[in-house]
Amino acid sequence: MTNLWRRVRWDALLLPLVGVGIVVILWAITSSTLSSNLPSPVKTWETSKPYILAPFEKRGELDQGILRFTFYSLVLVAKGYALALLIGTPLGFWLGLSKLFTKAFDPIIQILRPVSPLAWLPLGLVLFGKSHPAAVFTIAICAMWPTVLNTALGVRAIPQDYLNVAKVLRLSRTKTLFKVLLPATLPYMFTGFRLSLGIAWLVIVAVEMLTGTPGVGGFLWQEYNSLIYEHIILCIGTIGIVGFILDRMMSVVEARFKTA
Amino acid sequence: MAFLELNGIRKGFGPPERRSEVLGGIDLTIEKGEFVAIVGFSGAGKTTLISILAGLLAPDSGSVRLNGRDITEPGRERAVIFQNYSLLPWMTVYENVALGVDQAYSDWPAARRREHVEKYVAMVKLTAARNKKPGELSGGMRQRVAVARALAMDPEILLMDEPLGALDALTRATLQDEIERIWEEDRKTVVLITNDVDEGVLLADRIIPMTPGPGAVLGPSVPIDIPRPRDRKLLNHDPRFKSIRNGVIDFLLKKRAQRTERPTVLAATAL
Repeated sequence: MTNLWRRVRWDALLLPLVGVGIVVILWAITSSTLSSNLPSPVKTWETSKPYILAPFEKRGELDQGILRFTFYSLVLVAKGYALALLIGTPLGFWLGLSKLFTKAFDPIIQILRPVSPLAWLPLGLVLFGKSHPAAVFTIAICAMWPTVLNTALGVRAIPQDYLNVAKVLRLSRTKTLFKVLLPATLPYMFTGFRLSLGIAWLVIVAVEMLTGTPGVGGFLWQEYNSLIYEHIILCIGTIGIVGFILDRMMSVVEARFKTA
Repeated sequence: MAFLELNGIRKGFGPPERRSEVLGGIDLTIEKGEFVAIVGFSGAGKTTLISILAGLLAPDSGSVRLNGRDITEPGRERAVIFQNYSLLPWMTVYENVALGVDQAYSDWPAARRREHVEKYVAMVKLTAARNKKPGELSGGMRQRVAVARALAMDPEILLMDEPLGALDALTRATLQDEIERIWEEDRKTVVLITNDVDEGVLLADRIIPMTPGPGAVLGPSVPIDIPRPRDRKLLNHDPRFKSIRNGVIDFLLKKRAQRTERPTVLAATAL
């Protein structure tokens, strides 16, 4: 019995709960003293219950379970993210392989990289006319930079030994790319993929707010306009948890490739 | 015409104003089927020399000719065994060997290529470990994979850059015996670069000391007329072995001593 007690890592389980508890207490204190507009934890739970307990319910276009909204957001993120990887990975390879290409394009990349999704979205709307492709465009262009830069870094970090092997065995260009360059770069690429996914998820809220697309972000903005502040907190919590899960999942994949 | 011929190979690194010359005019002639060992201190420029032979580096001046043709790039007829094995860690033993084979013999049917790879994996006694990744192998096993990968290309000449340098003494001895056994089978031309004089004398037909860099050159070539197979235990008492080894070591030590003394010598000539 004592053995089992010791074996379970209580600090790993308990301490995070303590952390959450402290934040909830601070939240409760703030809502009851400083800001009366901020709903209390209990009130937030009461109001959010129908959305959490029936997460896939569709009562109307603007009134759906929280996981249903999350699903819409994830689908949109998946589209933008896939586009980001599709453009970002080859671009990263080009940057890593060619000094000339790096000199020509690195400055413009550094300039475009910090531009906010709020700035890209209107341009997307101008370009595509409709909100859906504009949203995908915005997610892709904001999320691709970590993939681009990490892939380039990975290609530059390939040990000379591997390149010598490819040369001595006289591997063709395609073989060198797929058998040597790509596997050697994979760990770096996945670091980029993970960071890109984080950004894609970050961008989704802004994009949905501006375009009014149904999803967690769209729901958040709509509930703000309807003065149901409890749901804002529900959305923030959902966005955070989903983002956390996505990051964990990517970390697992990343770790697999690190050891390879 | 010699099989491999090097004439006045010079190679330096760095910007012109601070250029350090690694190789200061290397001349070397090797006949087909010869096993030649080049020994020198670490940092003498041995790896630079083998990279030039492999076609990975171009000399600043001088010519390298194999079968009468200039070497300008890597080629299938020259296989290289690198000091640090240079296996691809994401591939199994089999895949590492197959990588070059599939490329070089792309016109063969798949079954024949597979058979060819298996043959060389078996030759270095790694059939049991064929599906393991390099990370799961010991240093000696990794170097065996590198040997199999090089031999499977069926090269005309084998270039070995301190192939056993990173191994412990016992593994090293085992692999030396194995290299000799494999070499006896088809007597390919071999250039072995090493910092171990005993290894050179044990394996080679001819041993050539390389003076310490910068500006390294090759010393006098010493033929090793000890009959094969050579037994390492008996060799230690063989007077020919001792005299060759001591001769090469004396030469190298004397050259190094001259290097350190050179400023004094120069001052004396100035007077």
